[in-house]
Amino acid sequence: MTDRPAPSDYERHEYDVIVIGAGGAGMRAAVEAIQRGCRTALVCKSLLGKAHTVMAEGGVAAALGNVWPQDNWQVHFRDTMRGGKMLNNWRMAQLHAQESPDRVLELEEWGALFDRTPDGRILQRDFGGHRYARLAHVGDRTGLELIRTTQQRAVSLGVDVYMECKVLRLLQGPSGAVNGAVGIYRETGGVVVFSAKSVVLATGGIGKTWKFTSNSWESTGDGHALALWAGADAIDMECVQFHPTGMVWPPSARGILVTEGVRGDGGVLKNSDGERFMFNYISPYFAAETASSIEEADKWYEDKVNYRRPPELLPRDEVARAINTEVKSGRGSPHGGIFLDIASRRSAEDIKRRLPSMYHQFKQLADVDITAVPMEIGPTCHYMMGGVRVDADTAQTTVAGLFAAGEVAGGMHGANRLGGNSLSDLLVFGRRAGMAAADRALGEPVDTTVDEAQVEAVVSHAFSYLERESGEQPYELHRDLQDTMQSLVGIIRTESELLEAKERLVELGERSKKVAAAGGVRFNPGWHMSLDLESMLAVANCTTLSAIERRESRGGHTRDDFPKADPEFEKVNFVSRYVDGSYRVTAEDKPVMPPELMMLFEESEGDAKEASK
Amino acid sequence: MAIDTASSTSGSPASTETASTGQELRIRLWRGDEHGGDFVEYRLQAQEGEVVLDVVHRIQADQAPDLAVRWNCKAGKCGSCSAEINGRPRLMCMTRMSTLPTDEPITISPMRTFPVMRDLVTDVSFNFEVAKLIPSFTPGPKPPEGYRMQQVDVERGQEFRKCIECFLCQNVCHVIRDHEDNKVHYAGPRFFVRLAELEMHPLDTLDRRAYVRERMGVGYCNITKCCTEVCPEDIHITDNAIIPLKERIVDSRYDPVAWLGRKILGRPSPMSAEQVAAHTGAAAAGQGRAAGSDRDGAGPG
Ligand code: SF4
Ligand code: SF4
Ligand code: FES
Repeated sequence: MTDRPAPSDYERHEYDVIVIGAGGAGMRAAVEAIQRGCRTALVCKSLLGKAHTVMAEGGVAAALGNVWPQDNWQVHFRDTMRGGKMLNNWRMAQLHAQESPDRVLELEEWGALFDRTPDGRILQRDFGGHRYARLAHVGDRTGLELIRTTQQRAVSLGVDVYMECKVLRLLQGPSGAVNGAVGIYRETGGVVVFSAKSVVLATGGIGKTWKFTSNSWESTGDGHALALWAGADAIDMECVQFHPTGMVWPPSARGILVTEGVRGDGGVLKNSDGERFMFNYISPYFAAETASSIEEADKWYEDKVNYRRPPELLPRDEVARAINTEVKSGRGSPHGGIFLDIASRRSAEDIKRRLPSMYHQFKQLADVDITAVPMEIGPTCHYMMGGVRVDADTAQTTVAGLFAAGEVAGGMHGANRLGGNSLSDLLVFGRRAGMAAADRALGEPVDTTVDEAQVEAVVSHAFSYLERESGEQPYELHRDLQDTMQSLVGIIRTESELLEAKERLVELGERSKKVAAAGGVRFNPGWHMSLDLESMLAVANCTTLSAIERRESRGGHTRDDFPKADPEFEKVNFVSRYVDGSYRVTAEDKPVMPPELMMLFEESEGDAKEASK
Repeated sequence: MAIDTASSTSGSPASTETASTGQELRIRLWRGDEHGGDFVEYRLQAQEGEVVLDVVHRIQADQAPDLAVRWNCKAGKCGSCSAEINGRPRLMCMTRMSTLPTDEPITISPMRTFPVMRDLVTDVSFNFEVAKLIPSFTPGPKPPEGYRMQQVDVERGQEFRKCIECFLCQNVCHVIRDHEDNKVHYAGPRFFVRLAELEMHPLDTLDRRAYVRERMGVGYCNITKCCTEVCPEDIHITDNAIIPLKERIVDSRYDPVAWLGRKILGRPSPMSAEQVAAHTGAAAAGQGRAAGSDRDGAGPG
């Protein structure tokens, strides 16, 4: 076919470090690598600065102690581990809690303008699962601030950016070490071959595999798939977070996120009877630190020392399950959600000042004035806690030359992520990945010879979608995949449904081999969808297989047939691998927390009792 | 307050699927590439509560799988989906269908100032090139107790940092739109917003006045305010960014003392455009760039 480029037409580049993905983690990694003297490139699927990080609203969690001097890394660490139902990689959680304050202050040195305390320091806000007001923020557009700050930093340092470029496969040298990547420019269909001493994956999430999601089209799990195909391990892929508050109406806006900041700033959840139902869903695990009456909860907003937190601010998995139960019991809102009410609790002026983009979003998308009426909200697929297995200190995957940071990496958040811990994760581990990638690139010589046979195989596979005269329609296949995952591997799971999903995925996998994308090579979304489907299928398989194996309920993974957490399962990660053309899952022991950190949890019981007096 | 669904929903109960309103939409979409193209009409059933981008996506999924369109967030936060709807520059994801007249076909066309790549997708790389020419944020030394800033002082900059880089303002600015050759001398409203933000940043110490005048071409702007009118983030581009920038430059020419008084924290001495140019991405790119990393057309941005 004439459209298919010949190897002599491929664009070729050589770098010390290439970073795939330009959200917060990718930008931070690229900044680190170039600061350390590496020739660095950033490759992204959209235009620069459009990544899903811009959607993060609430803030960056960091124990700066500006609002609550009592806060410190140990408390943040404990909150993170407890929120993650102890499945977290303890070392990642520790590094994250220790280093996030410095990463936030560093953003300020690069020009970020956070909201301020009266004495001129960075203001911090309350968020679910965080014991103290801990989230540095800029109104409700903190993610945009983080993206812009790191983007402007990367550009000013001279990082080369390759935009609207979809990476198809990683390249590997004879030893198996990753030493490059092949991509296509979405705009032109042109092939680009990168060789590099280190490759950092920072591709973000997987939400597009489900039907109702807060994620953009980009979140197709590309990095998860690239790593698996290169032989790397992924862990905890069953742990998917359904954010409790996504928009449910209008239908086209379904899934779009409503920030947790609404609840931090006084918003409450009500069912169709007008009842603040979260008081009925306080699990014993969090009872000691959660208000037991409306009176107590409402006093907390003013006096956080003497009163306990409202149950609306329980970790996301708890809230999402409660909403799910209310709706199923027939106490939902007209469009199948429940009500999030801030209108009756704060003045219109306050709401517009504290939550400007939420006000804007509802006004424009739903024609709803959130200062006058409650919002209708419900759970939406939001975040993959699981991901590529990495070494905590270096973000190094199980394959040499390959690093991973941000949402694509697993372990940091355990079975459930706390709000605000994502932006800090991007910064802490983006930097660490950039650091380790630079160390490798500047260290011992690395063989970066490109294996042309690998390149040819990748290119001919990618173009086969365009060359097929007829076959499966990519959008239709995507819809079927989303329906399968939404209905069978959603927020509440059960064995029979998971097994059915597993079977359907085999079928969908077969159909994916026959996809035909109509049209040409230039900016052809049907073709891009065909390519993205390969990644989404990888994610769907790993999530389903791991969900079958984890016969308990923990964090974002809820099994109807095993409703309780099982201490035995707390000790294991489910590891996904791609072996001989199929996905396999095995249980492996989780790293054990050292006793000095374990002690923090014993103390915390005492503290909780203290707080409950 | 009583809880009811006092929103403006037309109240279709409990369905989570899209519901047809029974009305037929006629959409005239521009299809083509740099060699030319034309409007193609698509017909489809209207559905409840849709925005323009939803309709474009349905056309893409059911009738034109290769229809090229950019989008990411679908919530007015990423600035990817800029286009002209019935001739008006807007974000497709933030334009509700119910706000458009349906007695005639609705036209959707690409932004007209930037070269078309395909269908609704334009080559906006000009903007990414200008971004490399912006002298970066350069704070003064950090005091031992860390930087302090007051809320009132950060708020001006925060207005500018709401910018989602949709480039709609660049699209409507006649200095860019009508004079292709201006592009080399003129940064455009989005970047005047950025420069104003840096100039007003409480911690910044660079003096960009000569640079803004000589290299960024702020003098070409004649305050038509077209940019401000289209900004989806309601940034007061002209009043709060461009006019103060122009004033500073005038001050610097006639009254450097008045200007110095305004830079509170740092004590910059006046800087030439050359000096400031050393602080740009373009200047740094020499070191980070591998040989031959330029490619035709679309990037690296
Ligand atoms: S006010 Fe100036 S920058 Fe804005 S559109 Fe008019 S000429 Fe362009
Ligand atoms: S200033 Fe406004 S119109 Fe211009 S790019 Fe930014 S958000 Fe868009
Ligand atoms: S899709 Fe992000 S602004 Fe429209």
